[in-house]
Amino acid sequence: MSSTAPTFPAISTKPGVGLVWALRDTQAMMWRNLTMLRRVPQLLVFAIVQPLIFVFMFRYVFGGAINSVPGVPYVDYLMPGIFVQTVTFGAINTAVGLAEDKNKGLLERLKSLPMSRSAVLGGRVLADTARDIVIVVLMLTIGFLVGFHTHTSVLKVTGGVALMVLFGFAICWIFAVIGLSVSNGEAAQAAAFPLLAPLTFASNAFVPTKSMPHWLAYWADRQPLSITVRGVRALMLGTEPTSYVWGSIIWSLAITAVLAPIAVRRFRNS
Amino acid sequence: MSDTAILADDLRKTFKDVVAVDHISLAVPRGSVLGLLGVNGAGKTTMVRMLTTVLKPTSGKGLVNGFDIMHQQQAVRRSIGLAGQYAAVDENLTGRENLVLVGRLNHQAKAVARTRAAELLDQFRLTDAADRPVRTYSGGMRRRLDLGAALVTHPPILFLDEPTTGLDPSSRLDLWGVIEGLVSDGTTVLLTTQYLEEADRLADNIVVIDGGLVVAEGTAKQLKSRLGDTVIEFEFHSPADAAHAAEVLGSVTSAGTIVRVVMSEGPETLRQALDRLAAAALVPGHVALREPTLDDVFLTLTGSNSGDPS
Repeated sequence: MSSTAPTFPAISTKPGVGLVWALRDTQAMMWRNLTMLRRVPQLLVFAIVQPLIFVFMFRYVFGGAINSVPGVPYVDYLMPGIFVQTVTFGAINTAVGLAEDKNKGLLERLKSLPMSRSAVLGGRVLADTARDIVIVVLMLTIGFLVGFHTHTSVLKVTGGVALMVLFGFAICWIFAVIGLSVSNGEAAQAAAFPLLAPLTFASNAFVPTKSMPHWLAYWADRQPLSITVRGVRALMLGTEPTSYVWGSIIWSLAITAVLAPIAVRRFRNS
Repeated sequence: MSDTAILADDLRKTFKDVVAVDHISLAVPRGSVLGLLGVNGAGKTTMVRMLTTVLKPTSGKGLVNGFDIMHQQQAVRRSIGLAGQYAAVDENLTGRENLVLVGRLNHQAKAVARTRAAELLDQFRLTDAADRPVRTYSGGMRRRLDLGAALVTHPPILFLDEPTTGLDPSSRLDLWGVIEGLVSDGTTVLLTTQYLEEADRLADNIVVIDGGLVVAEGTAKQLKSRLGDTVIEFEFHSPADAAHAAEVLGSVTSAGTIVRVVMSEGPETLRQALDRLAAAALVPGHVALREPTLDDVFLTLTGSNSGDPS
């Protein structure tokens, strides 16, 4: 019977694998993941409601009382923090999307197809990164409307956008692991917050760390989100040393290098 | 090409301490339909997931279309279609987009994927709804689309995991018709179900599994003939009476108030059963003699109800 079939027939190696197919599969999955956004662009508005509230709160409610920011007006100090917080929270999308696909049996169907294994996760993370870019541009516009000024060149400001999008991409991989570890979208959302709170709030995103208690400042000065915010400030305002730009890039690459393989393994074994 | 389309040789899958599939072997001849019958948790879905390369077996071997499920996964994937119990389609895409996406992920050229999608939409009477998001589809329409997605590449082998669970009776009949059409075109089907009626109607051969093991196999007719010619069915007024009667008769209850006894000794069985009930002061409200159904087989083999609502 099947002993007549060669052990590794051409069909099993030729069309299905290879970088070109992996890229095409990733593109197909990315298109699928962005369909929702193309069809219901209002979702973008919902996505910026939360950062808008933060802008309002810190710019207009607390901003007047925060006067220990060196060198620049508080709004200039604040906005890079808001941007990085926005892309970080945006990564929840990755967890919710994957958890829902798993819950609905879609991941199972995809696994039974002769497609690239990495395209499922790659397509998800890249779609969410593309979404991040759109949202960052929206937030930048809002920033300018509330009086945000950059103090460097257009090139450096663009570099600042790239730096935070890279950070968002890295965080997406953390959330890919979470999304594949929980049973549905709600659970993914619930699991996300305890991770996001210490990253975004115990940081220098909104206020300098020097007014914090020592133990908190110790964490807030060293964690990757703070370093990224300083990197973005370095590029957009010129108030921080450029070493933070490199620090942020290294963090983003390291997070991706560690978490992406874990996510892929979890996807294969789930 | 071999004439065995699907072969499982001593497949086993354990999750930590839980044994989902405990040594199951089966063979499906090309062009035939195998019904894998069992209650929830019997190991049906795990079997399908292993044979479709979604899940790695703990041990054992499997060949699908002659390809090894462990070492020739891409070739297996190119030979099969899988329709699961969840109707795994994207709710935010339209029916057409779902089918084109699956075609693209099967590495069809765009034009081919589009043509095939249109064909399938037509075949499954979804053309009118083709460009609406799946969110707006009824349960039956989703299942038809899901089945369509499994057929995008004209696979010679189809895995259907509880294809009609949760469907209303008319949608179920409708889907049965579709499956019968595929089978008549020569598709090999492995179908899991907990509905005996479904296996009876669609499957050439039936494998009954329970607790991850095969407890019986054969054609529907062979399985029924194991139970002799006739089944006696006693119906009682209360579940308590039925439970008592089941104890007295050494049987189990079904649907709460019904107790079945296989007429293994001919009319003598009936006389003895009535004697025992009389001795226990139990009076059945209704007695019927009928041909055994697969339900009886199932009840006898697994000691539990099939979950068949009929």
